[in-house]
Amino acid sequence: MTGDEIVNLSRLQFGLTALYHFLFVPLTLGMTFLLAIMESVYVMTGRQVYRDMTRFWGKLFAINFAMGVTTGLTLEFQFGTNWAYYSHYVGDIFGPILASEGWMAFFLESTFVGLFFFGWDRLTKVQHLTVTWLLAFGTNFSALWILIANAWMQHPVGAEFNYETLRMEMTSFAEVFFNPVAQVKFVHTVAAGYVTGSMFVLGISSWYLLQGRDVGFARRSFSIASAFGLASILSVIVLGDESGYTSGETQRVKLAAIEAEWETTKAPASFTLVGIPNEETQRTDYAVEIPYLLGLIATRSIDEQVRGLKDLYKDNLVRIRNGMKAYGDLQKMRAGQKDAATIAAFEKNRGDLGYGLLLKKYTAKVVDADEAMIAKAAKDSLPRVAPLFWSFRVMVGCGFIMLFVFGLAFYYCATRVADQKRWLMKLAVWSIPLPWVAAETGWVVAEYGRQPWTISGVLPTHMSVSNLTSDQLWFSLMGFLVFYTILLIIEMFLMIKYVKLGPSSLHTGKYHFESTQAAPQA
Amino acid sequence: MFDYETIRLIWWIFIGVVAIAFALTEGFDFGAGTLLPFVGKTDIERRVVLNTVGGTWEGNQVWLILLGGAIFAIWPAVYATLFSGLYIAMMLVLFSLFLRPAGFDYRSKIDCPKWRNAWDWALFLGGTLPPVLLGVLVGNLLIGLPFHLDEDLRPNYDGSFFGLLGPFQLLCGVIGVVLTSFHGGIFIKWRTDGDVRERARKAVSFLGPVLIALVAVAALWLIFGFDRPELTSIAGKGAPSNPMNKAVLAKGPGWLAHFLENPWMLVAPVVAVLGLLFAWILGRGRGDASAFVLSSLGIVGALLTIGFGLFPFLLISTVDPRSSLTLWDATSSHMVLNIAFWITIVFLPIVLLYTQWVYRKLWGTVSNDSILQNTHTLY
Repeated sequence: MTGDEIVNLSRLQFGLTALYHFLFVPLTLGMTFLLAIMESVYVMTGRQVYRDMTRFWGKLFAINFAMGVTTGLTLEFQFGTNWAYYSHYVGDIFGPILASEGWMAFFLESTFVGLFFFGWDRLTKVQHLTVTWLLAFGTNFSALWILIANAWMQHPVGAEFNYETLRMEMTSFAEVFFNPVAQVKFVHTVAAGYVTGSMFVLGISSWYLLQGRDVGFARRSFSIASAFGLASILSVIVLGDESGYTSGETQRVKLAAIEAEWETTKAPASFTLVGIPNEETQRTDYAVEIPYLLGLIATRSIDEQVRGLKDLYKDNLVRIRNGMKAYGDLQKMRAGQKDAATIAAFEKNRGDLGYGLLLKKYTAKVVDADEAMIAKAAKDSLPRVAPLFWSFRVMVGCGFIMLFVFGLAFYYCATRVADQKRWLMKLAVWSIPLPWVAAETGWVVAEYGRQPWTISGVLPTHMSVSNLTSDQLWFSLMGFLVFYTILLIIEMFLMIKYVKLGPSSLHTGKYHFESTQAAPQA
Repeated sequence: MFDYETIRLIWWIFIGVVAIAFALTEGFDFGAGTLLPFVGKTDIERRVVLNTVGGTWEGNQVWLILLGGAIFAIWPAVYATLFSGLYIAMMLVLFSLFLRPAGFDYRSKIDCPKWRNAWDWALFLGGTLPPVLLGVLVGNLLIGLPFHLDEDLRPNYDGSFFGLLGPFQLLCGVIGVVLTSFHGGIFIKWRTDGDVRERARKAVSFLGPVLIALVAVAALWLIFGFDRPELTSIAGKGAPSNPMNKAVLAKGPGWLAHFLENPWMLVAPVVAVLGLLFAWILGRGRGDASAFVLSSLGIVGALLTIGFGLFPFLLISTVDPRSSLTLWDATSSHMVLNIAFWITIVFLPIVLLYTQWVYRKLWGTVSNDSILQNTHTLY
């Protein structure tokens, strides 16, 4: 068994590095599509300003993309370095997923990104446009496959435990691919990326407009961003991934925690708008509730129940006891007792083996756990409510503010009065951080809400870690802290510098800071 | 659908192909980083060097990512054991790789000598440290690592970081960086003109004999200085993956005997030596494409020699020979290997097709003039 300190440091490191990586990913997802849209307009209309837009926003994209590449490397290393037992356990399921991601996504985006920047004078218009679209598809395919892998951790379908190899093995690639959680997650995450890209372009364009510089350039960027942003934020909200929380045991636990749904109430459940979740008394103080709404959002029906935490706790007590039996039978089989009766007994409880493993934290043998240990393990099986409750509400709050901003921006663009609405532009500038706040809190909801599991119901987090020493972990943590802090400072410095330079950084001679002939583009 | 034994062998070959593709392509990218301060004396010249690989290094790096991903996917036990056991070393590889994306992309975005010099150092380290560390890693793969699997098949590492840095392994690290610099030098020489080309030629001329001498020393050292374990029995080449169901003799007949038992394997070291030798002979003169093809062949031969030498082992354990991982008992399941095979068969040709198109479009001699003409767009 590995000490708590190793588990906590490993979680801290993975959490921080993944959250950090996720600062750059959504912008990449969104910007590549925005670039493809801008360049499509250029190719269709032949107007130079759209080419300049593609190139300028492309420069900002490049600064961000380099960081995405850098921090993505970390994640690939970390499964093996810090989560060795997890890697052994899931390698079989991740096999075809990672193969697909490598061949379909990573090569596509990374091979074409160079040509996107350096190919302007070497390709025809249509060829270059094709390259840009392929870049956009590459980044989005990458999200698709990694979210299929992630969704399998949330809702492990199409696989079962093999007692001979002591790991999960795939039984159906189709089930893994069409995992309902994966489908919802993919749409939700990439749409959130489009929102991020749109808010970035909208906010910076607004800043140029407020300053009265590069007006033609900024106005066009503003309108593309407002249209794409509005469509995207609507997708994020309407296809919010709450609907994915009805499938899968741990997803249901997560949903109950997000909503601080302590008791199972009669369908359709009411939605707790705000309140103070209280772990001690297992109730939500000062709750403001909207009747029926939760049932509608979560189950998309009026008669299906949302199961409360207290009942989920009772369910898990039963599952832990079944898991103990499964673990006992597994040990017998491994000791050579492979008769039909033992195998049948194991098969019966195999699905709850993971719940038995929760006891490993308290007793290495599992089968000798006492009532107190079982109760503790059942308590472990539910995540803490407050962090999920609040993260979720912050995320949703940001989403609705952005809906307001994009909605008005689009409306005023359509009615051609956007230029006069200086307050809206100021609001857009101040809204730039919102998509990042939403993305990070959304990540917390999805991944913190999965605790205490790395693979829901299958492998507990405390069993997943590598056998490391705390010295090794402190070394790597310090390394990340130093590198990531320095890189972030440099990245922000460059980003701000290039935002301030604006399209003049293209040195076309037409833009603010550089023009004597300064003909504003019509 | 292939039977389990066949598909396991196919995947051993595929992962070898990915490793070779990584060494060939990122090899010259790393080499360009190492040679950067030596063949580029002025800012413009350094930009010349960087832009020989600037448009394509990112795609090349995917071979490394794919290699890591493929090992995770196909040989999960190897991925888990190697990455967690060599924790500090892997973190150092990772940190050194951090220097490259920002280095390439940020360096020329600001016109300030201090800024650019700092990034040149980062790119030098980012091109030099990974091949050194990966060379040390290969050295350790050859002589084995102190690890064992426990009853839950959880990997436990019984050594320390400094235990990886024996003299033989350090020699392998030096070979790693000399090899990438040699290969990178040939590539830079091919893609540039003027002073940069001449300096790259000199580097190739100097590095060639050093490389061949070091490789020869390492080969002799391995043959006469280290035992090679021997697989004596196995549950079955098509049996479920459980490394504990086999027997391994810690001291087998030895490295040379292993090659002599399978004489066709000797093709690999012969190709390696001849490839590098003729790459040097041509590279120090006017040979460009020809020298590059030959140094590539040399790298292919060198990696095949390592793969053949270890076969059927993937990771050798020095403390518990039975825990050693082989391509017969450390793979993913039969079905998964087949699915991943078909995905690869479909997409590999597509990737190669567009990669060569991108290379053709970005090809051409990089000169001081071409940098000056595109000073705001190039790296």
